[in-house]
Parts: sequence; structure tokens; C-alpha cells
Amino acid sequence: MKEMNDAIFEPERYELFAAPRYLFEMDRREFFKSLGGGLVIALIIKDSIAQESGGGRAGRPQAPQEISAWLRIAKDNTVTVYTGKVEFGQNIRTSLAQAVSDELRTPMSNIQLVMGDTDLTPFDVGTFGSLTTPVMSEQLRKASAAAREFLIDLAVEAMKADRASFTVADGKIIHTAANRSLTFGHLIGDQMITKAIATNVATTPADRWTVAGRSAPKVDGRAFVTGKHKYTSDLKLEGMLYGKVLRPPALGATLATCDVKEAQSASGVTVVRDGDFIGVAATAPHTAERALALIRAEWKLTPQPSRKEIFDYLKKHPAKSMEGRRPAEPFKKGNLEEGLAAADKKLEASYTINYIAHVPLEPRAALAHWQGDKLTVWTATQRPFGVRSEIAQAFRIPDSQVRVIVPDTGSGYGGKHTGETAIEAARLARAAGKPVKLVWTREEEFTWAYFRPAGVIDIASGVSRDGMITAWEFHNYNAGASAIRPLYDITNQKIEFHASDSPLRQGSYRALAATANHFAREMHIDELSRALGLDPLEFRYRNLKDARLRAVLAAAAETFGWAKRKSSQGRGFGIAGGMEKGSYVAMCAEVAVSSGRVKVVRVTAAFECGAVVNPDGLKNQIEGSIVMGLGGALFEAIDFENGKILNPRLSRYRVPRFSDTPAIETVLVDRKDLPSSGAGETPIVALAPAVGSAIFDATGIRLRSLPMVPNGSVSSR
Amino acid sequence: MPQLDINGKTVAVETDLDRSLLSLLRDDLDLTGSKYGCGEGQCGACTVLIDEKSARSCITPVRAALGKKITTIEGLEKSGRLHPLQEAFLETEALQCGYCTSGMIMSGISLLRKNPNPPREEILRQMEGNVCRCGDYLRIVAALEKAARAIKEARK
Repeated sequence: MKEMNDAIFEPERYELFAAPRYLFEMDRREFFKSLGGGLVIALIIKDSIAQESGGGRAGRPQAPQEISAWLRIAKDNTVTVYTGKVEFGQNIRTSLAQAVSDELRTPMSNIQLVMGDTDLTPFDVGTFGSLTTPVMSEQLRKASAAAREFLIDLAVEAMKADRASFTVADGKIIHTAANRSLTFGHLIGDQMITKAIATNVATTPADRWTVAGRSAPKVDGRAFVTGKHKYTSDLKLEGMLYGKVLRPPALGATLATCDVKEAQSASGVTVVRDGDFIGVAATAPHTAERALALIRAEWKLTPQPSRKEIFDYLKKHPAKSMEGRRPAEPFKKGNLEEGLAAADKKLEASYTINYIAHVPLEPRAALAHWQGDKLTVWTATQRPFGVRSEIAQAFRIPDSQVRVIVPDTGSGYGGKHTGETAIEAARLARAAGKPVKLVWTREEEFTWAYFRPAGVIDIASGVSRDGMITAWEFHNYNAGASAIRPLYDITNQKIEFHASDSPLRQGSYRALAATANHFAREMHIDELSRALGLDPLEFRYRNLKDARLRAVLAAAAETFGWAKRKSSQGRGFGIAGGMEKGSYVAMCAEVAVSSGRVKVVRVTAAFECGAVVNPDGLKNQIEGSIVMGLGGALFEAIDFENGKILNPRLSRYRVPRFSDTPAIETVLVDRKDLPSSGAGETPIVALAPAVGSAIFDATGIRLRSLPMVPNGSVSSR
Repeated sequence: MPQLDINGKTVAVETDLDRSLLSLLRDDLDLTGSKYGCGEGQCGACTVLIDEKSARSCITPVRAALGKKITTIEGLEKSGRLHPLQEAFLETEALQCGYCTSGMIMSGISLLRKNPNPPREEILRQMEGNVCRCGDYLRIVAALEKAARAIKEARK
């Protein structure tokens, strides 16, 4: 397991893309036939992005890999859209249906999405990086537009009428003059038509959208409020066993000795020992737990760095993977030394970021079912195809023998990119000869998943008396490189990311390192503006030409009433902004500090992500980012010592709750002239610096470490 | 044989009575609407009503529920009609991933049964033990207030 984890996981790895290795015409036809009759429109993107090469292709018909999306319109007018993206609460099952509905001119109720099933849906690199709306939504629009135009062709043929005399609405092709309309299904009839289209299809511009651009209710909301929706952890198969895995007492421990005899003798229990992996499967969860407790194992522990020394450690220990390799060149612009020499004021500050956990409310879960040498795994992952490959590698079988299905999941926030639970369940299922479900405990989720990286950010800057930043030196150790460069117009810059050897397993988290980089940068900008006696907003304007960032700063400030704020001892205001993944955010925060206790009273967020698809869904994502961001900003931190996570429970790891939630106001800057960019991540980046600046405003105390008030109070630090 | 009253049905229990009620509901009775989130009563995802009061089923042994009236999320819908709080969750879009939703609704119903017109402070206090990692707290409060109004209207 250890070796595999190291091999498959590295932070922000998903930014790597590879072209597909093969394009097979035969497979495609065979595959689409397997979906059933009707009209199938497939969108070819062979020279485009987001492809990984697959394994062998023997076995059942495999999803063609050069196609990014397909949809099928059946005789009964239903439209089935196939996408490799997965639903984790970001509400894309609804927003993608809106795009299809818009372009196909057919009601939402006719549209169904099949998502994240490696046997049925197009290859997809994964659901992360806020790519669903800018990329997948546009691709589905193209497929839908092509389908619509082809249906008009069919109508022209059927009615022998001029193409221009037809319109499309409400799932019908309408000949207005003749007062006749034909449903999609009628036109298709019993035909099996497969059309492969290229990407140069015209789609409807945002200012002519009729379904998208307006709020739409969650398509399957009723299943969630009635408890009927089946998450992975809710699934059950005939004869299914429940799995449990024996965990080492500390990270990095290896198995020394192990006695499984007693556990094996328990009735109805399968025990697996394979290298360092020890697990059991039994007919009931409590039986599995009891069997696990009968296993006697001794582990060899390795001394490891602890939290108290982590920041020093990260700075002193470059990543082992970098050994013998030339580090990436720092970004340089102008002349840093000259810029510092020209400064009237200089400021050096160091910012630190603790590891935090995603704490998805549904812990990792998988249900594995072998049929002969073929394996089906239902699991909650943001990378169904990537996890398929992980499983295939672990069992040394071709990808084509593994099917991964991702039921709509109880959240992930970047924390479910990997397939460890799926592999564990599959290993147990193979030994037991029966399907096995494995649901991680909260403690396992806290300990054996991965974390948002800890890091240190050192900034040295210079500023002239008239409020222009003359020099900007920025070193980020381990937190990550996302959004590391400022949008401010600074003549002299040096910016460098230093990969470190992380004692804890680390990986993606909503907005990646953009949160850490924005925290350090925007807190520093606030400090510079105060050193000059300038309004923090005015100081930003002086150093910022970017019109989109200026626009969200202005919108947030106006709605919040920034100009009218009245700070006092114990009452403070802060502002921060930035850009990540093509989306722009600015936030104003008001905090109240009483006897050292910090309460975020009010947050106003202005957000611009191009053309807005689902306004209420977008607001929901922004509100959620603010609430989630409060945890990492104020009190969330993973405590660890010598390989042990010391707070792997909700009773010891504080997450934001009802009473932590401020009043929230969101302003959507809808730019119908710009393509839609992603929105689920970016809003989180501005929260910590806006709140941190507000705490300074209220108390005169500059907090430079995330979380800022781990004990809930400024003075008790 | 020991019996439980779950959603108005009598269920015979042939299991270890020290097991958690949550595991019995989910694994034995296929009532999977109640969720496992933390196993220590800290997140509220497993909330059910026992004799009208909210209870964390993950830390409630089956034994403690014998002879009492248990209501789970599956027991709310009556002849196709949702409870006003379920409706309100849909109307205010008070969910993202939905994993906390059952527990939120059960805790909310327990609150509304105690006080049909709870002030905001009471809502915050009563709901504090339920975690929504997607951060929909404000919408959940709005859903509770909306449901309270709907229930009041219906009684007129």
C-alpha cells in the first residue's frame, strides 16, 4: 500500500494530461449499439485535452476514449447524457442538464445524466480544477446543438420543406407555417443513428440562453430530502460481506509479526493477509469488528517529524523527489534588488499554514464485486477512470476488466481523488468470493486519507511613499504553487515554489494552494497599506490594472458599505481579493472581538466567473466556500506527533457549525460576454485574508498563521 | 423476542442489543436514510426521533430504543406528501451533497415539535450538533423558518 500510495499520488498531479494512444473506429460503433437504439451524438476531441492512455481493451465493449461526451435521444423523447464527471454536491447534475436543455430546446424533465461509470461514460480525467462548467458544459452544448441541427435535417427530409421554415422548442421540431410539429422521438423512430461530430459546432451565446442563466432546482432533490438517494455507503448486494482493515498504530509503520489464527477460526469470517495489508470480511459489521480485534499484530515504527517542528522541517527538507533534479526556475521580473533599494518602506513577514483535513461527511466507501476475473466497484471518487487504473494495477489486470461506478457522493472537496478504499474492498472480495462493502470510520478518514499541505510562505516587499509596490519576493515552501503570482502590477518580482518532504500524505483540497498564497499575499498587502496609512482598497487600486479584479473589489466594497465602515476596538473590517481558475473574487469581512473571542459577523462576497449558469446554485457554492473557509482560517488544524494523528475525531477537530456562520451577502457579477469558468473553488481563497485583516483592524494583532485562532481566541495564543 | 416500533411498524429484533441503532437500521433493515458520519454523536447525520425527541442513533444501543417509537427520515412522507420541512429544504435549496440532510431534517422536526415557532437563537442552539460540511447553515435556518410558517398556516 505504502509504495502504491507514493507512486500514484503527488500533489496537483492532475495538471498533467496525456494524449490518447489509440483511436479505434470499430469499438465506437460496437459500444454505441450497446446503449440501445435512437440517435447517438458523440463529440470527438481527439486533438484536445483531458485524455489518459488506457490499459488493454479486451473484454466487453469499452467506452471510446477519443470522445469527451455523448448523448442519446430515444424514441420516447428521453435524452440520456453520458459524462465521466461526478456529482459531489457541486450540483453539476443540474447545471449540465440546464446546458443540454437550453441547446436541445427540450424540457429539463426529459433529460437524464449518466455520470462517472467507466463502462458507460466517456473517459474523463476527473472532477476537479473547476473544469466541469468551462469544459464539460460547453462540450455537452456542442453535442446538443449538433443533435438539434441533425433533428432539423430529419424534419426537412420527412416534411420535404425548406430548412429555414423550422424552429425547435419544447422537444419538438416545429413547422410554423404548416402548424405542424414532430417530436424528436417521432423523427428518430426505430432507427439507430450514430453521429460523430467535431468540436467546431456553434453553440447558443449566453445572452440568448433561456434555461441556463436562471436558477434551477436540484434535479433529484426529492431523493435527498427523503433519504432515498443511495450513496456508496448505502449500497447492498445479495450475499454481501462487510469489510474492516487493520490499521497500523502510526503512519509509516510496517508489519513485524502477525497472528490471525484466532480471527480465522471465527465462523463466517474471511481474513486476508497480503504483505502489510490485513483485513477481514464478515456477514455483519459487528462480526467483522470483533474478528479484527482478535488479530495480534506488531508493527515496526519509524520516528517522524511532529507538528511542533513542522514549519522548520518543511523549510529544511526539500522534496526527496527533487533529489538530483534541477528545481523549477523561480519566476523573475525586473530587478528585485533595485526595487528594494528604491523602496521607502520595506516589510518582511513569514506566514505559516497547518495541515487540514477535508472531512467529507460521507467517509470513503467502496463496494466491490468480482464476477470471474471481472471486477465492478462502486466507490466515491472524483477520478473514476484514474481509480480504475489504480485498481487494475493493484491486481495486475487490464483496465477493461474493471468497472468503476460513482454514485452521487457525500462530498469530497478535493479529498477523494484516490482509490485506496476501492482496492481494499476488492482485495477482501477476491479472497471471500463474495461482494464486500468497506466504509471507512471517521478516524480512518482523518488518518489514512490525505491532507491539505502545510507550508511556509516568506514575503519580502518594498513600497514607495506614494503607495506603489516596488519589490515583491515570495517564497512558498510546500503549500503549493496555485495562484502563487500576484495580479498586482509589480515591476520587480521574484517568486519561487519550494517542494518539501512532507511527513503527512498531502494532496488536493478545494482551491489547492490558492488559499495559502492568497492568505499570505493579501494579508501582506493589508499590512503594507496600513504601514503607509492608506485605505487597503485604495492601495490595491493603485497597484492593480486588472479590470476584472477591480470590478469585484468595487462590487464587494459597495454592497458591504466599505467606505462607511467604522472600526473600533473590538470591531474590525477587512477586504481581500484574487483570482484562481479564471474566476475573480473579492470579500469584505466584519469581525467582532470580545474578550479575545473572535466572531465573524458579516461577509460580503462579489464573484465573477464569466456567464453565470445557475445563479442560485452559484450562490450556494459561494456561501459554502465562505463557511468551509472559516474552518481553515480560524480553527481547523491537524495535530500530529511522530506518525500519530492526535485529533482524528470530530470531537477533537473543530469544523464550522451553525453558530460560526456569519451573515452572508453574495453579489454575482454576471459577464454574459465571457465564457463561464468554474466556481466551486475560487470563492474560498479570499475569506482568510479578509477575516485576518479584519481581526487586525479590531485588535491591532496581526495573525500570520492558519488557523488564526486555534483556541477560539486572539489573546490566548 | 424484543421488538422495535419503527416508522409505525413493529419489527422483531434478532440481534445483539448492544449494537448501535444506526447499524441495525442501515445494515439489517435497509433504512439507509440515516447516515454514519462520525460514530460519536458529534455530527448529527444519524439523527432519528425516539419518542419524538431527536437522538443520535450511532451512539444509541438498540436496547435503549426497545418499546419506544422510532421515526427515521423514511417515515416522514405520508401518502406521497412530504413533511413541510422536507418541502422547505427543496424550496430553499438547503443542500449540496445531501449527506447531512436526513439528520438536519430529523433534528429540525424535533425542534419544531418542541417549539413550532422557534426564534433564530433557538434554531442555532438546537441545530449546533449537526454538521453540514458543504456549509449550507444559513439555508437550513431559512428552511426551518419557512417550514415553521407553513405549519402555522396549515393549522389555521
